[in-house]
Amino acid sequence: MKTNLNSKEVILKAKDTIIKKVEKLGKPIKVMEFCGGHTHAIMRYGIDKLLKGYIEFIHGPGCPVCVASMDRIDLAIELAKIPNTIFTTYGDLLRVPGSHRKSLLDMRALGCDVRSVYSCLEAFDTALQNPNKNVVFFAIGFETTTPPTAVLLKKAKEHKLKNLFVVSNHVMTPPAVRYILNSGISHIDGIIGPGHVSVITGTKIYEEFDVSIVISGFEAFDILKAINMLLDQHIKGERKVENAYTRAVTEEGNKEAQKLIEETLDTRDSFSWRGIGSLPKSALKINDDYEIFDAEKVFDVKLPASKEHPLCICPKVITGVSKPTDCKLFGNLCTPENPIGSCMVSSEGACAAYYKYQEVELCM
Amino acid sequence: MYVKLSHGGGAKETRELIEKIFLKHLKNELLTNEDATILSLEGKVAVTTDSFTVSPIFFKGGDIGKLSVAGVVNDLSVMGAKPLYMSMGFIIEEGLSFEELEKIVISIKEEASKTGIKLITADTKVVPKGFCDKIYINATGIGKLLKEGISSTNLKEGDILIVSGPIGNHGATILSIRNDFDIDISSDCASLWEVIEPLLKEDIEIHAMRDLTRGGLASVLNEFAKSSNVEILINEEDIPIEQSVRGFCEILGIEPYSLACEGTFIMAIPKSDAEKAFNILKSHKLTEKAKVVGEVIKKGKEGAYVKTLYGSVRYLEEAPGELLPRIC
Repeated sequence: MKTNLNSKEVILKAKDTIIKKVEKLGKPIKVMEFCGGHTHAIMRYGIDKLLKGYIEFIHGPGCPVCVASMDRIDLAIELAKIPNTIFTTYGDLLRVPGSHRKSLLDMRALGCDVRSVYSCLEAFDTALQNPNKNVVFFAIGFETTTPPTAVLLKKAKEHKLKNLFVVSNHVMTPPAVRYILNSGISHIDGIIGPGHVSVITGTKIYEEFDVSIVISGFEAFDILKAINMLLDQHIKGERKVENAYTRAVTEEGNKEAQKLIEETLDTRDSFSWRGIGSLPKSALKINDDYEIFDAEKVFDVKLPASKEHPLCICPKVITGVSKPTDCKLFGNLCTPENPIGSCMVSSEGACAAYYKYQEVELCM
Repeated sequence: MYVKLSHGGGAKETRELIEKIFLKHLKNELLTNEDATILSLEGKVAVTTDSFTVSPIFFKGGDIGKLSVAGVVNDLSVMGAKPLYMSMGFIIEEGLSFEELEKIVISIKEEASKTGIKLITADTKVVPKGFCDKIYINATGIGKLLKEGISSTNLKEGDILIVSGPIGNHGATILSIRNDFDIDISSDCASLWEVIEPLLKEDIEIHAMRDLTRGGLASVLNEFAKSSNVEILINEEDIPIEQSVRGFCEILGIEPYSLACEGTFIMAIPKSDAEKAFNILKSHKLTEKAKVVGEVIKKGKEGAYVKTLYGSVRYLEEAPGELLPRIC
């Protein structure tokens, strides 16, 4: 008979194993889940509550919407405003307010043609169907969503499209991990490594880091398994990369996808991350072979001086220094319906996850 | 053949459209050429109105015509009223094919025949291309009140909450078509009167009842909690969700609790009536998968909570605005 790995019995047993190990250690363990998808899963399954007092979760900078700097959002809004333009991007980004508190959804209501796509290839179809309009695809995401952007660029070139333009905001995981570890801003005993990112990159990209890293899937059981492996490393005094998501992740990753990225994109000298600031060699731009599709080169966009809300602590939340509940705006002025900071926008953002999955104390 | 602006002009072509498509299928003794229909009504009646703008207009499990009738029937039914009459206003985009329009009208006829609700007055307008998305339908329904007091303000401490079937199918179906997913999900779109009528006749003490439309289970439970000033707790493991809907939600990163249903309802009744209610629910195909999902735990403070599979309790949040897929 097959065992359901996410059944109550299995999960509660895994929880007990973890608690026993931490009790032996005699102190709680600080674990950073890098990826926003993991933050969401931890909150949704209530894993943080199951392990309260034993494992402290520090939420990492792995939510692509949350780390998009304000000037990138402003750039998106300015591009959407260009007449005769169909602006396309992934769903979550549409809600993020720019410097002037207007989001792409607001721009759509004001008459701009802004469309949410699930696959970036929808932008290709849109360009084919609307030869008299300029179609912009605002590409965002870590290594997971980069290969599809590369495919889009290749298809655009193959079909000699003259009306499709791409903005690459693709960021890379290793520079952000490096920053978190080197800056010393928060003490971390171990990292739950991103699952989908590692499918593309393989586990080899983490070998440079002197910290325990266990790559995890997104089910409750995956996450508990990864925590258990991190604990074992901690007990033995080891610091290495391990893979708890072997059903999807290999050491080398998806070589075909890596090749597509190499052929279409180059590393930027530096890129601005929300909450972190400028990070060298941390993002990708469209390379010279594909520059006719690079919206940043084709359109001359003047950006307003970007400004953050003075009370928003998203930067500290993204780097694991503060918890969402430390913010004065959290749940009062800043809610998923009226987000002020980017962490409240994306369902992968720590603030949105905290808000959505707030714990309830029942007096029954 | 397709609908042209001239079909909305009020002259010969309008009459042709009405006769060839609408009256051909929907004619009855009350639907006449007069400016208004005269009715005799006795006792208390319930009235409801709703506009239907679904895109795409045809989907697995239904179409905009079936949806309009079921929507009106269900809104009357959950208030304890027997659906009797309805009006319909059609706003049609020029270029809609006669074939598609006739298909919708036949759906209306078929769905209405299930409860016996009669279309007694109707209107058509044609708007230029691009001014609406193929067809919009506004429908108003009138029903005879059979049971008074069913209200979202009437939940009582100790009430159990019964969901009539798997949730989220309609929302998942529509989103899967819009996002071009080839997934085997079908809308639950259906008229619920055939199940609700026996519940009313058997005199089940229904305190509150709602069909789970826009905003899904999360919206209705939050509204129940607010209107009755009660705390509601549901158990995640008891909520019926089809595996395909659950999987689809995982892919898009959305909660099934916020997805719309169009043929599923929730009711709050005292525990003592549970057996009687389930005897009826289990004997109808539409509601054979009905389940108790939770209860009203306390009066005096509002809150809708969900107990996760692993025992922690969290707020049952409503989805903010549009349902947008998350990125990774």
